[in-house]
Amino acid sequence: MGVTFDQIIDALLQGAYVTIWITLASTVGGAILAFASGIGSLSHFAPARWLSKTYVQIFRGTSLLVQLFWLYYALPVLIGIHISPVAAGILGLSLNIGAYGAEVVRGALQSVDEGQLEAARALNFTPGQTLRRILLPQSIIEMMPPFGNLAIQNLKDSSLVSLISLSDLAFQADDLRNRAFESDTITILGLTLLFYFVMALVLMGAMRLLERYFEKVSGREVAR
Amino acid sequence: MKPIVRFDKVTKSFGDTVILRDFDFELTPGERVVLMGPSGSGKSTVLRILMTLEDIQDGVVYIDDEPLWHEGVGNNLKPASDKHLRKMRGNVGMVFQHFNLFPNMTVLRNIIEAPMKVLKLSRKEAEARADELLARVGMSDKREAYPNSLSGGQKQRVAIARAMAMRPKLLLFDEPTSALDPEMVGDVLQVIKDLAAEHDLTMLIVTHEMGFARDVADRVCFFCDGQILEQGAPSKIFTDPAEDRTRQFLRMVLHEEPASEAS
Repeated sequence: MGVTFDQIIDALLQGAYVTIWITLASTVGGAILAFASGIGSLSHFAPARWLSKTYVQIFRGTSLLVQLFWLYYALPVLIGIHISPVAAGILGLSLNIGAYGAEVVRGALQSVDEGQLEAARALNFTPGQTLRRILLPQSIIEMMPPFGNLAIQNLKDSSLVSLISLSDLAFQADDLRNRAFESDTITILGLTLLFYFVMALVLMGAMRLLERYFEKVSGREVAR
Repeated sequence: MKPIVRFDKVTKSFGDTVILRDFDFELTPGERVVLMGPSGSGKSTVLRILMTLEDIQDGVVYIDDEPLWHEGVGNNLKPASDKHLRKMRGNVGMVFQHFNLFPNMTVLRNIIEAPMKVLKLSRKEAEARADELLARVGMSDKREAYPNSLSGGQKQRVAIARAMAMRPKLLLFDEPTSALDPEMVGDVLQVIKDLAAEHDLTMLIVTHEMGFARDVADRVCFFCDGQILEQGAPSKIFTDPAEDRTRQFLRMVLHEEPASEAS
């Protein structure tokens, strides 16, 4: 019994690698879903609105852990589709964070001044052109601070994938704790917190850089 | 001459509030008409209906004898499709009270974007058009600037160039100087006067600037409660109005804006 310090670090690094990967993939997946359903919820096409709103309600209104259980344990029983724990984890986190992100996208698009829409109409832009050239460039800056929060939320939520047998950082920490002497518990859990914190710092830094970039292209200052 | 714009018994309401009732109005090509009247009297609504920003509840609006909000002929009219509205909108341009420039684009981009994306002009053609217009409105040196760095008067001059770049037959001005500091008003009015002198496009202008109206307008229409209470040449309306309401209103406007007489 017992583990060395090097073994602790090794195992935590392995876990962190899985966590980073899952967080990045599901943040990108979530962003795609957020734009698709945020824009969809404002569409003139009723089924697109209905689909977007239903998706947002369902995934905001149920527990992420239960969503992961459904994807990993219930889908195989229900429709005979087996997906890997990695796929289930990324899909579950994407769907969940995408539902929150959709509300951010919708709110930011609606915050653009009505006069911009009137000018776009007077110049005879199509709805698609108005969205791409006027609404999105102006509102993306407003989405960045809440997106940053969601990305960090997503990093921390990713620890739930340990419960569908993925060996992420939280899983490794728990595994180490079971194998180690009780006296090492503080070291293991302390390092685990530190690992999450450093990853969050890097994520916040990256979001800040994105924010700066979009500040330039939007012609609008971000409200803090 | 055939009218370029014709309102035939048009009714427009917002919920229970009727803005225009059985409204009739005509514009002949090349005519410059100023609409005046108290706020809420329906004058801006006339512009917004023509720009397809507001729909109508009853009656028919014609542009060049073609129904704007309807498709079909004679009594067989059905509500216009998006395609029809897009086609009709190509005839009309609008300058807004609050400019509504796109803050994410440079001055040049604001002007060339629609000619390129909507009229499918090449970048070269669109820029040539934009440069000519920027020179005309005295904004050539701000070509690469962003709207946020401009004064209100400069923004409005760019907005006028942006609307002109689409080569509309009919240009609408919705209180183009009401949001400007007093010292900017003259510049913008001068730009509009110059355009009126150089082009034969039809202009419909909502403004309370009487000096400007006297110089530019062929006809002034005084609005009250969704109707044109009286109309005529500016010299007649401003010096010898037939209606008490008109006289009252003019006195009030003169009091508020003594500078407008001088301009």
